[in-house]
Amino acid sequence: MVAEKSGKRLNSASELELLCEEIKRSVSARTRTVTICCGTGCLAYGGTKVAQAFRDEIKSRGLESEVEVKTTGCHGFCERGPLVVIRPENILYQRVKPADIPQVIDETLISGRVIDRLLYTIPGTKEKVTYEHDVPFYKKQMRLVFGANGYIDPTVIEDYIGCGGYAALSKTLFEMKPDEVVDEVKKSGLRGRGGGGFATGAKWQSTREAHGDPKYVICNCDEGDPGAFMDRSLMEGNPHAIIEGMVIAAYAIGAHLGYIYIRNEYPVAVKHAEKAIAQAEAMGLLGENILGSGFSFSVKINRGGGAFVCGESTALMASVEGRVGEPRAKYIHTSEKGLWDQPTVLNNVETLANVPLIINRGAQWYSSIGTANSKGTKIFSLVGKVNNTGLIEVPMGITLEEIVYGIGGGIPKNKKFKAIQTGGPSGGCLPASKLDMPVDFDELTRAGSMMGSGAMIVMDEDNCMVDIARYFLSFLEGESCGKCVPCREGLKRMRQILDRIISGQGQPDDIELLENLSETLTWGALCGLGGGAANPIMSTLRYFREEYEAHIIEKRCPAGVCKPLISYNIINEKCPNCTLCIKACPVGAITGQGKKLPVILDQVKCTKCGACYDVCRLGAVEVR
Amino acid sequence: MAIKLTINGREFQAEPCDTVLTVAKAAGVYIPTLCHSEAVSDYGACRMCLVEVERRGRKRLVTACLYPVEEGLKVTTDSEKALRVRRTVIELLLARCPGSAAVKEMAAALGVTESRFSIADENSKSDACVLCGLCTRVCAEVVGASAISLVNRGTEREVALPFYNEAGDCIACGSCAYICPTGAISLVDSGNKRIISWPQGTVDFAMKACLNCGTNYAPVRQVEFMARKSGLSPSEFDYCPDCRKL
Ligand SMILES: Cc1cc2nc3c(=O)[nH]c(=O)nc-3n(C[C@H](O)[C@H](O)[C@H](O)COP(=O)(O)O)c2cc1C
Ligand code: SF4
Ligand code: SF4
Ligand code: SF4
Ligand code: SF4
Ligand code: FES
Ligand code: FES
Repeated sequence: MVAEKSGKRLNSASELELLCEEIKRSVSARTRTVTICCGTGCLAYGGTKVAQAFRDEIKSRGLESEVEVKTTGCHGFCERGPLVVIRPENILYQRVKPADIPQVIDETLISGRVIDRLLYTIPGTKEKVTYEHDVPFYKKQMRLVFGANGYIDPTVIEDYIGCGGYAALSKTLFEMKPDEVVDEVKKSGLRGRGGGGFATGAKWQSTREAHGDPKYVICNCDEGDPGAFMDRSLMEGNPHAIIEGMVIAAYAIGAHLGYIYIRNEYPVAVKHAEKAIAQAEAMGLLGENILGSGFSFSVKINRGGGAFVCGESTALMASVEGRVGEPRAKYIHTSEKGLWDQPTVLNNVETLANVPLIINRGAQWYSSIGTANSKGTKIFSLVGKVNNTGLIEVPMGITLEEIVYGIGGGIPKNKKFKAIQTGGPSGGCLPASKLDMPVDFDELTRAGSMMGSGAMIVMDEDNCMVDIARYFLSFLEGESCGKCVPCREGLKRMRQILDRIISGQGQPDDIELLENLSETLTWGALCGLGGGAANPIMSTLRYFREEYEAHIIEKRCPAGVCKPLISYNIINEKCPNCTLCIKACPVGAITGQGKKLPVILDQVKCTKCGACYDVCRLGAVEVR
Repeated sequence: MAIKLTINGREFQAEPCDTVLTVAKAAGVYIPTLCHSEAVSDYGACRMCLVEVERRGRKRLVTACLYPVEEGLKVTTDSEKALRVRRTVIELLLARCPGSAAVKEMAAALGVTESRFSIADENSKSDACVLCGLCTRVCAEVVGASAISLVNRGTEREVALPFYNEAGDCIACGSCAYICPTGAISLVDSGNKRIISWPQGTVDFAMKACLNCGTNYAPVRQVEFMARKSGLSPSEFDYCPDCRKL
C-alpha cells in the first residue's frame, strides 16, 4: 500500500493525511526498529559499517518483515558513537562495532535480553543504563526539535511524513491566512536562533508588509562558529522539517522562491537537502501548486563561500547574488531590501525547524516553554572540559549548572569549573558565580555574553582566560573581511596587545588600551563580526581581571598555560627518583642524583613542554 | 515630502533619500570623511563619519555617509562617544599609514598627534593606502573598466591589479590616482609613457602621439577605450584636441 502511494504526487490535505496513517500502520506491523546513528560523528566511529552489518545479518536470518533497520541523523551523544537504539523499548547501545551485531540480534532482538557490555556506564557511579531516556545526558533535555532525528531516516520522506511531517504545512495552507500564520509565530514568542535573537514573527511581518515583489525566504545554514554543529545536524538529520518551515514562512510573507545557503564543508547536509527537495517536489509538497492549494514555492540550494563572515545576512545575500561575500550597512533592513534589493526573510536552520512545531501544537503551548522573553527550547553544542559532550536541546531558562553538571556530567578528573564560554567567537566567558543563572537571550546578554548560535565551551582551572580571549580574537582577526577600519586594524592591534601580555611583555596601560579598542569595535565596526568581537575580551576583563593583572604586573600565568610566564619545578619532598620524567623529557633537562634523591630540573634547558608534569604519577612536578 | 531632523540641536529639512552626511554638508556642518566621494556610491569603510543619532530614545553611532535621514532624527556630530571612537580609528590609521600626509592632517584635526600602536611591523608597501576603496569604485562605477579591485580578507586586504602586475583592463585614465585621498596611487607622465603606481604594482603605459604636432596627448589604451565606447572610428583620434580644431 505505502509503496504504491509513496513518491506520488499528493493533491490535497486528505491525501497527505491518508498517507501518514498508512505509513504509521506499516511501521507498527513490524515489532522492532533498530536505529543506527549515521550522523557525521557516528560515521567517524564507523556507523556505516555497523548499519551494513545489521542489514546483512537481518537479511540472512530472514527477519526483514519483523525488524526494520534505519539509519538516522545525529542523536546528539556523538561522543559515545556509533549509537544503536532499539525501539520501541529505546534500548541504547553505544560504541557498537560490526562484530557485536550477531549477538545483538540473538540476545536482544530474538531473546529480549540486554547486553550489559554495550550499555552506557555513568562515569562516577559505574551504574549501567539500559534505556536511552534514562541516560543522564538525555534525561534533562527537552528534545522537541532535535528529537525526531533519532526516529527518521533523513533520506526517506515517508519517515518524516509518518511522524506527522508536513501536517503543519497542510494546516497552514488550508486552514490559515498568511496574517494568521504571522500572528501565530508572533504569539509563540519564537526568536531567531542564528545569533541575534530577533523576534521571528516581527521579522516576517515587516517582510510581509514591505513593498516589492518578488519576495524571498533564505535559510541560513552557514554555521561558521567553531565548535557549533547544530545546524548541520538538523539539516543532515531532518531536512524536511526545515523545508516545511521555509514553505510556511514563504506562505506567510508571500514568497515563491527560497534559498538554502549551506556551507561547502557540509557535503552530507547538501546531499540530504538536495534529496529532500527533490522528494518534496515529487510529492507535491514543494514547487507548483503545493498539495493542490494553489500556492507555489520552490527552493534552491546555494553553497557557501566558506568564510565565517558569509553567515552575516548582507554578506550572505551578496554571496547568493554571486558577488563577494562582504557585509554592507543595514540601515535599511533586509526585510525591506534584501536579496536583489527585494524584501527577504533570512532565518537560521533551527529557527525554521521550530516553525512546524508551533503551527502543529499552537503558539500557546509553545510559549508555555521557556522564560518571559525567550520561548521554546534551544539546541546547544556542549564541548570542552565536560564529561558528556555533544548536542543538547533544553528548554530556555534551564540553569548553566544543570547543563554543565546535570546533562554534561560535570568536569573530568575532578577539576574545578572555571568558566563557560557561550555564544561562539562573539560571545563571552561566564564564571562559576553565574552557574545558577537561567539561560535565555536576555540573561546571557546582561551577563556580558550572548546566546549566539549556541556553542558552549566549558573550561576548568587549567584554562587561562587571557589565552582564551586571545584564541577567539585571533579567530575573528583571521575571519574579518577587512572592509572597515575598526575591525581590520583594531582586531590586529588587540591581538598584538594580548600576544605581548601572554609573552610577559604586558604594559601597565594595556588593559585601558584594550578597553578603548573594545569600545571602538563595538560602536564603530560595520557589521556584527567586528561589533561583537570585543565580547570575549570585555567579559574576561569583567570576570577575570585579576588574571590579566597577574600576567601584566606579576608576569605570572595563574593557570599555568602561557609558556613564557611559567616554569616547571620538582617538589623535592615528593620525588623519590622514579625516573619517569627523565625518560619523558625530550631535551634531557632532568637528571637524577641517585637512589631516593629528588631529580634536578635544569630551567635553562627546559622547553616547557610539560611532558614531565604529565608523566609524574606522584605529583612531584609542579607548574608555577 | 520634506523630513525634519536636527543636527547638533539645529533643525533642518531634507528629502527622504538624503543621507545625514549630505544634509550636514549642505548645512555647513563638518563631518570628517575618508571613503566618501560624490562621484561614487557610498561604502562605509573608513568609519570616520561616525555620528551619534537618537531615535525613540535610543542612542547609537552610525555612519553619516550611509544613514538615511528620517523624521524626527536627532543627530549629534561631535558627541563624546563619536569623537572618542573616531580618534581611535584615526589612530589605527596613523599606525597603518605612517607615510600619508592626508591621514596625519586628519588626525591632527581630531587632536591626535601620535598613535599608541606600534608601526614596527608595517610593511612599507601599504604605507599610505587606507583601503578606502575609492579607487576601485571610481574605476568600476565611473570609468567602467573595473581594472583594479580590493583583494584578500582582513589584514591581508589590498588594492591590486588582477594577478598583481598585468595592467589587464586598465585604460590608464588615472581616475584612481585623482580620487585617492592619501596619495597612495601616483601618476607620472613622462614623454611617451604614463607611469601609474598602485599600492601593489607599477605599470608603464604607452602614450598616443598626435599625427600632426607629435604631442603625447593620451594613453593609447584610453583612446582605444573611447573609440570603442563612442563607436567612432579610431582615425577620429589621430590628432590631439588642439590639432583637431585646426
Ligand atoms: C559575522 C556573522 C556571522 C554569522 N553567522 C551566522 C551563521 O553561520 N548562521 C546563522 O544562522 N546566522 C549567522 N549570523 C546571523 C545572521 O546574520 C542572521 O542574523 C540570522 O541568520 C537570522 O536568522 P534568525 O533570525 O533565524 O536568527 C551571523 C552574523 C554575523 C554578524
Ligand atoms: S566589521 Fe569586520 S567583517 Fe564586518 S565589515 Fe567590518 S571588516 Fe568586514
Ligand atoms: S617541561 Fe618538558 S622540557 Fe621541561 S623538564 Fe619537563 S619534560 Fe623536560
Ligand atoms: S587608471 Fe586604470 S585602474 Fe585607474 S581608474 Fe583608470 S582604468 Fe581604472
Ligand atoms: S589607493 Fe587610495 S583610493 Fe585606493 S584604497 Fe588606497 S587610499 Fe583609497
Ligand atoms: S553523530 Fe551519532 S550521535 Fe551525533
Ligand atoms: S565616509 Fe562614511 S564611512 Fe567613510
